[in-house]
Amino acid sequence: MATSTPASGLGGPQSGPAGPTKESPDDRKGARPRRPWSTLLHRFDIKAAPYAFVAPFFVVFGAFSLYPLLYTAWISLHDVELATMDIMEWEGFGNYSQLWQDDRFWNALANTFTIGVISTVPQLLMALGLAHLLNYKLKGSAFFRVAALTPYATSIGAAALVFTMLFERDFGMINWFLSLFGVDNVDWESSKWPAQFAISSIVIWRWTGYNALLYLAAMQAIPQERYEAAAIDGASRWQQFTKVTVPGIRSTIVFTIVLSTIGATQLFGEPLIFGQGPNGVSGGADNQYQTLGLLLYEEGWKNYEMGRAATVAWAMFLLLILAFVLQRVVKRVKSRTS
Amino acid sequence: MTTDTARPRADVPEPLADTVAPAGRRIRLSLRPRAGQQRKAGPVAYALLALAALLSLFPLYWTMVAASTDNTRVSQTPPPFLPGPNLLKNLSAAWEDAAMGTALVNSLIVAMTIALSTVLFATLAGFAFAKLRFRGRNILLMLVIGTMMVPPQLSVVPLFMMMTELGWGQKLPAVIFPTLVSAVGVFFMRQYLLEALPDELIEAGRVDGAHSLRIFWSVVLPVARPAMAVVFMITFVHAWNDFFWPFIVLDMTNPTIPVALTQLSAGYVRDQSLIMAGALLGTLPLLAMFVVFGKQIVGGIMQGAVKG
Repeated sequence: MATSTPASGLGGPQSGPAGPTKESPDDRKGARPRRPWSTLLHRFDIKAAPYAFVAPFFVVFGAFSLYPLLYTAWISLHDVELATMDIMEWEGFGNYSQLWQDDRFWNALANTFTIGVISTVPQLLMALGLAHLLNYKLKGSAFFRVAALTPYATSIGAAALVFTMLFERDFGMINWFLSLFGVDNVDWESSKWPAQFAISSIVIWRWTGYNALLYLAAMQAIPQERYEAAAIDGASRWQQFTKVTVPGIRSTIVFTIVLSTIGATQLFGEPLIFGQGPNGVSGGADNQYQTLGLLLYEEGWKNYEMGRAATVAWAMFLLLILAFVLQRVVKRVKSRTS
Repeated sequence: MTTDTARPRADVPEPLADTVAPAGRRIRLSLRPRAGQQRKAGPVAYALLALAALLSLFPLYWTMVAASTDNTRVSQTPPPFLPGPNLLKNLSAAWEDAAMGTALVNSLIVAMTIALSTVLFATLAGFAFAKLRFRGRNILLMLVIGTMMVPPQLSVVPLFMMMTELGWGQKLPAVIFPTLVSAVGVFFMRQYLLEALPDELIEAGRVDGAHSLRIFWSVVLPVARPAMAVVFMITFVHAWNDFFWPFIVLDMTNPTIPVALTQLSAGYVRDQSLIMAGALLGTLPLLAMFVVFGKQIVGGIMQGAVKG
């Protein structure tokens, strides 16, 4: 407001009903030298305001994301203990070579990968099917959409606790249901693959509806004519789905794959809470479902080795980058061969 | 489904459909079932959707059932399907045993603060990126998008050191400050304002001599309100459910809901129906929000998908 006060004082009657105007033609002609500071302020406002508006984001991001991200790399080259965090001993790449020789790392990496695949692939396929169903003309469509999204609102903690009970070996509902079909009790916690499947089912439950809504939104943006054209060409419903719908939402599919991949590499809460005993964060008695996120936590806050925790974090980041580079390369090769 | 799809192929051979003149196509089109998008759902579709809704809601329903029985009933087969009489008793016991009272208050403070600040800063930055011209705008915007890809686990070790040094360990600011802004929020607001806010409105404001903050306040905010509501709700849900970092930096004396829930699983509480009561307490506030604003949240997520 401060800038407008002098303008209204000097602009006088000729500014008229349009109000005090700094950019109106009469201002530019003669008035400029008479009140430079209001113009200056105005100019300063135009130049500086955008930076002021985006500054909060970048300040917070810089302080709490970018700086820690880079500092993690620095810490990963040191020996730092939780109790004495201000003492950093230079290790070079010692932490990395230790990690490379550590069976727990390869185990956690394999688990992260398998749980990631078991949770992501069915999740996205089911989301695609659900979105297709939700795209019909429906009675009560609002209910079905909100119902599909409800698991997304459930906190990881609550979801993992409930699923732990549903998957309980002796009295859990899932084993009871299976027993109706003559299946013996499955030990969902201590056997490797059942445990990984159970943990994946928590992820699937929480995120399928969310992804389905993303797909649904993209499907609704596909122009009707494409379906008509496909129908004219005699495409069956299934062909319309694979030739029109899926290509029509390709960018959304890529987006969800990226998001799910990032989510899968970070998996932490579900395996932490699932079947957790008093000892906490092991990821199963034989680490049979310990993920990289859990290993990071175990190194830092159970073994008190912050330097090695940082190494795990940075290794995770490098893996993500590697995954996306690989994906790029595969895409290149594919488009070249076809 | 199968009969529907078989019909058009039977009466129009595929090669013919390609060669027939446009006029002929039109006529045939009316004979065909309507294509793709807005077909009415048949009984099969409804049955599948009902199954999906059942799978989505059942674990939550069963949380309530288990929380309303007692430990012995939960551990019997077949498991209980109908609510028992102990819901209030278990809820109040969980409230006291598992610090759920503190956790609820803490989670409210955390989620509220983060959601409000994210909305404010996302709208400010989104407005600047959408409608203001400044040097380096595109590079900065790319940077915002790039930050969406960086997993938060990467920064926990230095963050933990930082918070310990600041004396914020086990305190709520340690959880609040790192998440005061969100790249997704900025991007969402930018996309929204790009379309929803006409340039003429801003120019009219400038002509009236309003400075940028004034324009933000009286021109941008009214237009941005619907998108701000969406960003608020989605951020609130995420902040409420955020787990990894709060779990590291907070402890049981001062937890948020997800942190308090881990204690329930860690063997301190033996009673299964109590555990379920705690899980229910931690979920109820968000469920209530979903009952009231579910449609808007769904709309917001879908809006973000098309534009994002």
